[in-house]
Amino acid sequence: MSGPSIMDSLFQRTLDDLIKGLRLHLFDSSSSFISKSLDEIRRELTSTDLATKATALQKLTYLRSLHSVDDSFAAFHAVELTSSPRFHHKKIGYLAASLSFHSSTAVSLLLTNQLRKDLSSANHHELTLPLHCLSSICNPDLARDLTPEIFRLLSSSKLFIRKRAVATVLVFFREYPDAVRVCFKRLVDNLESSDSQTVSAVISVFCELASREPKSYLPLAPEFFRVLVDSRNNWVLIKVLKIFAKLGPLEPRLANRIVEPICDHMRRSGAKSLVFECIRTVVTSLTNYESAVRLAVDKVKEFLIDDDPNLKYLGLQALSIVAYQHLWAVVENKEFVIKSLSDTDPNIKLEALHLVMAMVCEDNVAEICRVLLNYVLKSDPEFCNEILGSVLSTCCANFYEKIGDFDWYVSVLGEMSRIPHCQKGKEIERQLIDIGMRVKNVRPELVRVGRDLVIDPALLGNPFLHKILSAAAWLSGEYVELSNNPIELMEALLQPRTSLLPPSIRAVYIHSALKVLVFCLHSHLFSTEIVASSPFCVNDCEPRLVPSVTGFPESSHLTSSETLPGYEQNEDFNPRFLCHSLEEDSAENDGNTVVAPGPSSPSASLKEEHFTRGSIIDLLDIVKTAFGPLAGSHVVEVQERVRNVLGLIELVEQEIRDFPKQKEGEFSMEKLEASEVIKLLHDAFEEEIGPVSLSAQERVPIPDGLMLNENLNDLETICADIHIPTSSSFSLGKSHFEERGGASLLMSETKEESEPSSESTSLLAEHRKRHGLYYLHSETKETTSHDYPPANEPKLRSDVSDDVDDLAKLTEQSLVPKKKPNQTKPRPVVVRLDGDDIGIAVKKPESKDDLISGAVRDVLLGKEAIPTSSSGKHSEESSSKKRGKEKRGNTEVQGGMLGKVRKNIGARREKVVTTMVRAKLDIELMGLWMWLHKHQLSQIFYYSLKSGININDIAPAIFYFARGGSLTINESSVKAYKP
Amino acid sequence: MGIRFILMVNKQGQTRLAQYYEYLTLEERRALEGEIVRKCLARNEQQCSFVEHRNYKIVYRRYASLFFLVGVDNEENELAILEFIHLLVETMDRHFGNVCELDIMFHLEKAHFMLEEMVMNGCIIETSKANILAPIQLMDKAS
Repeated sequence: MSGPSIMDSLFQRTLDDLIKGLRLHLFDSSSSFISKSLDEIRRELTSTDLATKATALQKLTYLRSLHSVDDSFAAFHAVELTSSPRFHHKKIGYLAASLSFHSSTAVSLLLTNQLRKDLSSANHHELTLPLHCLSSICNPDLARDLTPEIFRLLSSSKLFIRKRAVATVLVFFREYPDAVRVCFKRLVDNLESSDSQTVSAVISVFCELASREPKSYLPLAPEFFRVLVDSRNNWVLIKVLKIFAKLGPLEPRLANRIVEPICDHMRRSGAKSLVFECIRTVVTSLTNYESAVRLAVDKVKEFLIDDDPNLKYLGLQALSIVAYQHLWAVVENKEFVIKSLSDTDPNIKLEALHLVMAMVCEDNVAEICRVLLNYVLKSDPEFCNEILGSVLSTCCANFYEKIGDFDWYVSVLGEMSRIPHCQKGKEIERQLIDIGMRVKNVRPELVRVGRDLVIDPALLGNPFLHKILSAAAWLSGEYVELSNNPIELMEALLQPRTSLLPPSIRAVYIHSALKVLVFCLHSHLFSTEIVASSPFCVNDCEPRLVPSVTGFPESSHLTSSETLPGYEQNEDFNPRFLCHSLEEDSAENDGNTVVAPGPSSPSASLKEEHFTRGSIIDLLDIVKTAFGPLAGSHVVEVQERVRNVLGLIELVEQEIRDFPKQKEGEFSMEKLEASEVIKLLHDAFEEEIGPVSLSAQERVPIPDGLMLNENLNDLETICADIHIPTSSSFSLGKSHFEERGGASLLMSETKEESEPSSESTSLLAEHRKRHGLYYLHSETKETTSHDYPPANEPKLRSDVSDDVDDLAKLTEQSLVPKKKPNQTKPRPVVVRLDGDDIGIAVKKPESKDDLISGAVRDVLLGKEAIPTSSSGKHSEESSSKKRGKEKRGNTEVQGGMLGKVRKNIGARREKVVTTMVRAKLDIELMGLWMWLHKHQLSQIFYYSLKSGININDIAPAIFYFARGGSLTINESSVKAYKP
Repeated sequence: MGIRFILMVNKQGQTRLAQYYEYLTLEERRALEGEIVRKCLARNEQQCSFVEHRNYKIVYRRYASLFFLVGVDNEENELAILEFIHLLVETMDRHFGNVCELDIMFHLEKAHFMLEEMVMNGCIIETSKANILAPIQLMDKAS
């Protein structure tokens, strides 16, 4: 490394000096040392002396590759060095270039000429440098310019040049597909080479190409087959097996031919890598050949019993591939699989877990889940969540097809929530709600599980559980009519520790409380009245259910017949129990007297029948005291919902209080405004929420004349002219009640509510837009302190110890193919939507690959018309035909859906607003509002104007539903509004 | 592409050699190396040598104080890569004579050169130790 005697180079640090320096400064000041060296390097790089420059670049390359120093400033100097006559300098330059350049480095264009020159060099050692460099920095320009050189080198007499050229060709194909037309034939010729390394390189290239677009390479199958049979090089064999794994499924005749040689290799070879590749090829691509699969599984067994953890891992992996089509292979090795669940290696445990889950079927799902859940308790948090995750995903797969007993599954979900370390709250939440919507029969159990979760004050302290609690609260509110004890639910929803919840979930709690409240009020007001007239048919208190709600026969059945004892109990629910829970509550609340004072009396005064007046009044009191402080909450979602509830209470409370005690006979409760309001609200909440297909919205066409993007600002001027309307050109249903005190009361309230500045309203609107689903995702994570004992005490572990054996035993029992026992419970109906099945469209292959394979096909067809390629084309055609068919199928489905939707529009017009209320939680408030103003849009516009809410904030909501076909707004009705 | 990158890392987690066969920016490399090293170095001798990370499979093996980590795509044969790592170590052993971390530190260029002889563009092109070392020995003689 001695350069000419210039001062600079004389005292230049060599690379060794740099490394030694780095080692000296290892701990204290390596970064300052590096920056000092970088300054030196920058200076040295500008030197005219090549040797100095080379050393500087060498140091820089070192710093770049080990210390991640940015060396892009030296790109030009690297190019400069490649043109040095000295091999050593050239090497440094090329190494620097290949390590730091990439396809978009600008100066790589300057390299083109040098590369070309070096590629034609007579010195074959000099030749390898540009080849290596090219393979890492190639871009389309370089590839285009240098294709002739590569073409020439593909038949170089020097083998080690030739194989490098072969390896480089792959990059050329990728960057510049036209290179295929030039080089492909020579590439194929190299397959015939006697040198196994060259063949290896060629096969590697084809392996890469075939992994993207296997069909084009079918014509080369005979050549590959020859390699498979003749070659003795394991590297080559592994690669060629990979190619056949791709080609086999495309051409059955080919698969027939290759099975035997592959099995031969599997039997004879001593190299585990080759044996494993054979196994993998068989289990992925040749699964129809029983004997081959049999042999492969036997080999897998050898892997499994080996001490080497690597072989174990690979064996398990092979099993999980084969499990899709040959579950028996897993069952045969189940003992080992289950033992692996307690392996020391997390990767092996994970594979074993997947296999256990693969064995799950409807008959054994309960047992496997039980044992796995026991297993969860003794494993580390990470694996615990893995287990929970895979149990959850296996059970919900394909609309819970493996679940026969939903009551059991729902209780398992409840159990999971209480497992320590459980972090699957989001998924459990989703499934609880999903099951609630899809499976009607399981709702009573869901409500029970939900109640248990909501009522436990300790759970509120665990942030991982908040999602689940939100689902539980929603379930309790939504299906409150199935609850044994609504008042107890209400207390659970209002308990003081709910302040630990993030606001978004709090909002769900509040809304659920509203639903429970409405339900209680409704059954109070209406059952009293009916009882007064006919004391023996208490349960018919909701007669409207039967005729009007077409999609809800099951539930009306539930509520009106004896099948559900729980429901009847809600008329005479157990005062003792309530008392108990209340005492518990107040004891726990200990000094926190928000809830405590009210409830002790109602529980005492509860009679056998229903909610008495006293209990209802107390209920209202509890709600008021609990929600009072929240009315000033800074979180708009909470504040607004609370105010809605409080407003409703204000509306009905007075009437209930004033209502004379013993007048049922002479004065019908129906006449009360309050009962009218409550009835409407109850009707709204009664409407069943169902699963919504992902593509539902897209299928509804935009009605003619509806301009969704039109600016609605000018509506303000229109509305300014409208006074409180007397005619109701917009009335969408029959207006049920006279506008009396109730409405005006609400009016004033709305005014009050909407005082806040328009800034906050727009924020609110923004927020609504973003959180358009049923309920809101939490974004703010509150770190609240909680001094409660941890919610989840690990259970006693005595029963966990031998669960591995348990599992082994049970799989033994349950995996033997046996007849399904006659189930006592028939599997309930799970609602499925056709839209759910439509997956995301298959991604198109990259255009470049198309280009490559297109070029390959051209070359191959030009060379010799091999019949197999036509079969490839044929299959393509047929697949396109199939695609056409699918398309037609799709549109048919769509047509069917549209018809249904259209039919429904007519049938459901009456329930327009109810549907609106149901469809979106955020919109519910709007729907409510509309109801209370006798469905008159005009009034909505009017109020929005008066109260300063921007009309644009509401309009999208209205039009949203207009689009959904629920509300009949069209151009003419809008026009009707113009003065 | 078969092999995507080859790393040599010492026990302390410092990178001693890094060769990538696809372009990643410096930040991406640093992040990737950090994650992989943390994952692999935490594992013990009884655990298997394969780790899945992002869309790579990492095959690694420890020789004394040095970890050899090879990132491959999911199709690649893990056992073959283990053999490749062993071949690489044997080759270095033959050249340096009982290769150690320091040899690689001070002869990084040579190590890169050896890798270039063995792997090109992610494909293994040479598996004979003599062939791999021949040009390096020539160079040593020349200088």
